[in-house]
Amino acid sequence: MDTRRHGVHHLSAYRIFCLVVLFILAFLFLFPLYWIVTGAFKTAQEVNSVTPVWWPQQWTMANFQKLMSRQSAPLWEIHLPFSSGLTKDGSSLILSAGPVLPAAVRWLINTVFMSLMAMILTCVTATMAGYALAKKRFAGQTILFALIVAAMALPKQVITIPLIREMSNLKLYNTIWAVIFPTVGWPFGVFLMRQFSETVPQEMLEAARIDGASEARTFTQIVVPMVKPGIGALAIFTFIQNWNDYFMQLIMLSSTNNLTISLGIAKLQAENSTDFGLIMAGAALASVPILIVFLVFQKYFTQGIAMGAVKG
Amino acid sequence: MARVSTPARSRVLRRRETKSAYMFLLPSLVFFLAFVIVPMVLCVYTSFFDSTMGKETRDVFIGFGNYIELFRDSVFLRALKNTIIIVVVSVPITCIFSLWISSAIYQMPGKLLSFFRIVFYLPVITGSVAVTVVWKWMFNNYYGIFNYLGTQTGLISQRINWLGDERYALGCIILILLTTSVGQPIVLYVSALGNVDSSLIEAAEVDGATDLQVFWKIKWPNIMPTTLYILIITTINSFQCFALIQLLTSGGPNHSTDTVMYYIYYTAFKLYRYGYGNAMGVVLAIFIAVLSAIQFRLGREK
Repeated sequence: MDTRRHGVHHLSAYRIFCLVVLFILAFLFLFPLYWIVTGAFKTAQEVNSVTPVWWPQQWTMANFQKLMSRQSAPLWEIHLPFSSGLTKDGSSLILSAGPVLPAAVRWLINTVFMSLMAMILTCVTATMAGYALAKKRFAGQTILFALIVAAMALPKQVITIPLIREMSNLKLYNTIWAVIFPTVGWPFGVFLMRQFSETVPQEMLEAARIDGASEARTFTQIVVPMVKPGIGALAIFTFIQNWNDYFMQLIMLSSTNNLTISLGIAKLQAENSTDFGLIMAGAALASVPILIVFLVFQKYFTQGIAMGAVKG
Repeated sequence: MARVSTPARSRVLRRRETKSAYMFLLPSLVFFLAFVIVPMVLCVYTSFFDSTMGKETRDVFIGFGNYIELFRDSVFLRALKNTIIIVVVSVPITCIFSLWISSAIYQMPGKLLSFFRIVFYLPVITGSVAVTVVWKWMFNNYYGIFNYLGTQTGLISQRINWLGDERYALGCIILILLTTSVGQPIVLYVSALGNVDSSLIEAAEVDGATDLQVFWKIKWPNIMPTTLYILIITTINSFQCFALIQLLTSGGPNHSTDTVMYYIYYTAFKLYRYGYGNAMGVVLAIFIAVLSAIQFRLGREK
């Protein structure tokens, strides 16, 4: 990157003005996060003070203790999808294990499981489909691609009403899978991976075929390593997207054990609308883990979404 | 990809390739068809029915009944108006703001550049719920910092009930929406600006072009595809504004912050009128499709 091509040598008044404005804006964008984290450690008096307490005078864990003491749920509980045929009464099989823990911990575990599962399923299916769309010629290709592009331009939430009926027919309603499956089906990933697969040189694929490599082998040994940056970007994108997809979670999940952390805070807020300390503790619990994930992987992320869009 | 081969052989090859392509497509197609295409079709289909939970007869065909009701429903029209206001205000601001930020930061040294990029992306990462609850506190009538700062500095003479006042509620929603929507455009613009051929810019500068001329004549045409993409995604996102409304105002006061998305949710999941909700969904989808098409056209012409 050719940084500071203009920069240093003429630091005009305009540039200094820009820098000042940028730092003010950065401060304003950081402030809500600062307010969440410090708010979570403030005492009730400090939180409910008319004159804002900019920095907690005495850091307290009371808000977190309150958050953790509310309800409890088993550590691990998972509905097996499509298992209703296996039980006598037609309900899904539920595996549960582990000690009983505060519900907030369970919400966090649910959210991590949901985001990870959606991420893995999306990456696997989208990489395969993206490769086929970019590098193979097959009957129905044009129609399929048109469908994908059209679906992407539509608002996702519009389909939730029919989706909820479909999910209850499949006995998936109010399980974490009802949130996971529609995100896996969302074609953005396929579109992105198609763009990345375009970059794989046709000659390499031909060479592999001549060497007698099987389709599966060509895919795993040649295509996957070449589109890795795309997979990385898609992975982190899907993870964050799912973590924050409040609407879908709100529609599909209802029982306390099944909530995600976003739903959990929304619920806290609905039940104790003025206990801002408690709500900030919940918000901190929801935003700090995802923030850490982002900071660790942010390089892949910023590269990936930019690359995907440039090619798109 | 030009492939020269005899027709007969090519047909065999073609069929084999089709078969292997579908092997790769299958897992993705299952999810795509089952959880995107099928519900989309059902959405359109159900929108022609009076499908309300709790009624004796389920799903009575009423033709365009839902659509006709829709355009006589004053709450829906208000919601549509609010949605359009949100889109019309937030989309241009988001684009201009993120373009300005990106132009200011894209030539900075790496560390500083990623600092700014991350900071403006933060509200996207922390998620709509966490962002919303903290803003709700900041806008609070008694304990919020906006009223404190406003009264202290003399900008406002008395406390304002920001989210509970028809005059301010929608503005507050738009402000929060803006903070959550500039992150991605900035990332995209920074990379697009970085990709503009620097020799063109240097040549123009040697010829004595001003910064403004360089921007309009060289950079702007080069980042046009990115602008187009940003316009479309920002429009779609603004249309879908939901969490903010549901958590902050529930559409109130007096429907002044109702959006189509929130009203769909309310109709379908509070009133259980699925058919009517679906009709709204279809109208919303058509709206977005038409707008995207117009934006695309305009972008291409330039």
